[in-house]
Amino acid sequence: MSTIDELSTAVQKGKVKDVLALLETGLAEGSSAQQLLDEGLLKGMSLLGVRFKNNEVFVPEVLVAARALNKGSEFLKPYLIASGVEPKGRAVIGTVKGDLHDIGKNLVKMMLEGTGFEVTDLGVDVPDEQFLSALDEYQPDILLLSALLTTTMGQLKSVIDTIDAAGGRGKAKILVGGAPVTADFATQIGADGYAPDAASAAELAFSMLELAA
Amino acid sequence: MHRVRAKSLAYTNEQDLIFGRSPHPVKTRSGLEIGGGTVYPEINFTLPTMMVNAQTMPEVLENYRQIMEGVCQRAAELYVPGFVAEIEVLPPMTMNPQWGVDVTKTVVDVIERYRQSDGVKASVRITPVDIREGRELEHMWHGSHWDRIMALFEGAAEAGAELLAIESVGGKSVHDEATMYCDLPKSVFALTVLGALDMEHLWLAISDVAERTGTISAGDTACGFANTAMVLAERNYIPKVFAATVRVVSAVRSLIAAECGAKGPHKDCGYENIYTKAITGTPVALEGRTSAVAHLSPVGNIAACAADLWSNESIQNIKLLSGPAPTASFEQLAYDCRLFNTASETGKETAKLLRDLHADSDSKLDPQAYVLRPDVVMEISAGIIQEDDDYRRGVAAARLTLQAMREGHDSGRLNLDDREETWLDSLSETADELPDTAEELMAKIAEDSDAFEPDKYDL
Repeated sequence: MSTIDELSTAVQKGKVKDVLALLETGLAEGSSAQQLLDEGLLKGMSLLGVRFKNNEVFVPEVLVAARALNKGSEFLKPYLIASGVEPKGRAVIGTVKGDLHDIGKNLVKMMLEGTGFEVTDLGVDVPDEQFLSALDEYQPDILLLSALLTTTMGQLKSVIDTIDAAGGRGKAKILVGGAPVTADFATQIGADGYAPDAASAAELAFSMLELAA
Repeated sequence: MHRVRAKSLAYTNEQDLIFGRSPHPVKTRSGLEIGGGTVYPEINFTLPTMMVNAQTMPEVLENYRQIMEGVCQRAAELYVPGFVAEIEVLPPMTMNPQWGVDVTKTVVDVIERYRQSDGVKASVRITPVDIREGRELEHMWHGSHWDRIMALFEGAAEAGAELLAIESVGGKSVHDEATMYCDLPKSVFALTVLGALDMEHLWLAISDVAERTGTISAGDTACGFANTAMVLAERNYIPKVFAATVRVVSAVRSLIAAECGAKGPHKDCGYENIYTKAITGTPVALEGRTSAVAHLSPVGNIAACAADLWSNESIQNIKLLSGPAPTASFEQLAYDCRLFNTASETGKETAKLLRDLHADSDSKLDPQAYVLRPDVVMEISAGIIQEDDDYRRGVAAARLTLQAMREGHDSGRLNLDDREETWLDSLSETADELPDTAEELMAKIAEDSDAFEPDKYDL
């Protein structure tokens, strides 16, 4: 098995120490940081993502792998910066004002990181204005808004209206989600996309990124 | 008021742990005797998709008025012997307690009108949202979040609500981390150290409000903990054996309400409260198939085994072919209750048969149902009360639950697939290695958790 394949396997098993050791070996063998990231770390996450979608593994196994991926990415960061490599995409995520739920949001964040996004998490109970200012501060490709309650779904529209009114539309694609949210509702409030679960949200964000490229 | 720890079970025979009957029934002003032999419906409802703010409050109140009109009218038409209406307010109605009080007045007024015109008997449960989360929270037991919750309890009690309940969230932020990673030590810590500390403070305070206002300190639920795990397991995100273990460990937490003056009926979505009933003999509200209008679950029948109130969890006020959704949901509850009560009236053996059919139809198919079997509940409860500190109770609950699932699986009474079995093995190993004291575990959690804020718990 090549070092890069071993790296992919180590990520899937969530073995942080092995990941870091294999990255050092890979660099010493002459692999580029980009190669180790794409064909080792992200490929491992992607394979695990497929197993998760097929109900072969649970979220904790994916999270442990994501932790290994993040540690590996941190290790590679100076090498990537030195060679001018940018993250695949940037995303900002948060739960809207009045809503304190965050498990769904956290799952989406994890899935996004697993596909190579750099994600800024604004947390829960986030005011509209903070989402607006995050567009300039973090310059994301995708803005993801979450709401779990029927009474905070309306806040999704309020965020979008705030962004529209400030002329911020077009700075990022806006995706919405949460248990009571539907595709129809997303369309009605002017969102660019909707996903029913965490894995689909990451896929949709990634496909939007590819379309924009 | 001070906490009195339960040292023994309320039942000597698991056959007596049954719907409609509790050793310590609760009598309400409206004449319901909850746990006194009759299962009553508990209807819960919420708004359709809409914003809640000062401008929309008239529309909000009109929604609640319409909901209660429909429910009270149907109660009269179906000869329902009595019911509980739960006002589980939304976050803005706890942040602005007067709004929650106004909703309570609206609901109480409609019930009173139907009491006078049709003899409808009903009591109101008020359940503030536990808003003690988020970046603005100063402390769990003082500051504006705490004050608003207590103001709503007081105001709603004065406005006619009689049963005081809450879905408390002490330790939840740490437990959310535990749930995502299926981290059993962190789960036990969140529920039986942080959760237990909070339950004691909170429920002594709620029981004081009840005493001052002549209302009933009712009970709690581990909704934000065990139901979150249940929903994630339902989506195949986490193993069912983990969710089942969390459920039973959460009983150690929810039990504390009763040890701090809560008399029941405990809160409907707290499936773990069958353990509270087994240990304290106080009546419980439970929800099962009738709560599919709010969330899916693998315990639709077995949840009814020990129910003294039978609930629907919550339903949005939307229009169905038959009429408003809360009215339709109430009718379903009413018919279920007729069946329970007819079985009880027919005789103890018939009631027991109905209870066992409810248990047996679910318990083999899912570990979360298996741990709610009355026989399993009695066995694990006996182990929990052997311990006299909350953390040790939690450790006992985890170990006994994992052992019960193993024995159930080995004897063919519980189905588990290979993935679940693997997790049962690893969770059992983890449970065996849990530290002897809460202090030892706390030191580890402090290093490992971003969500643990000891200052907010005076730790």
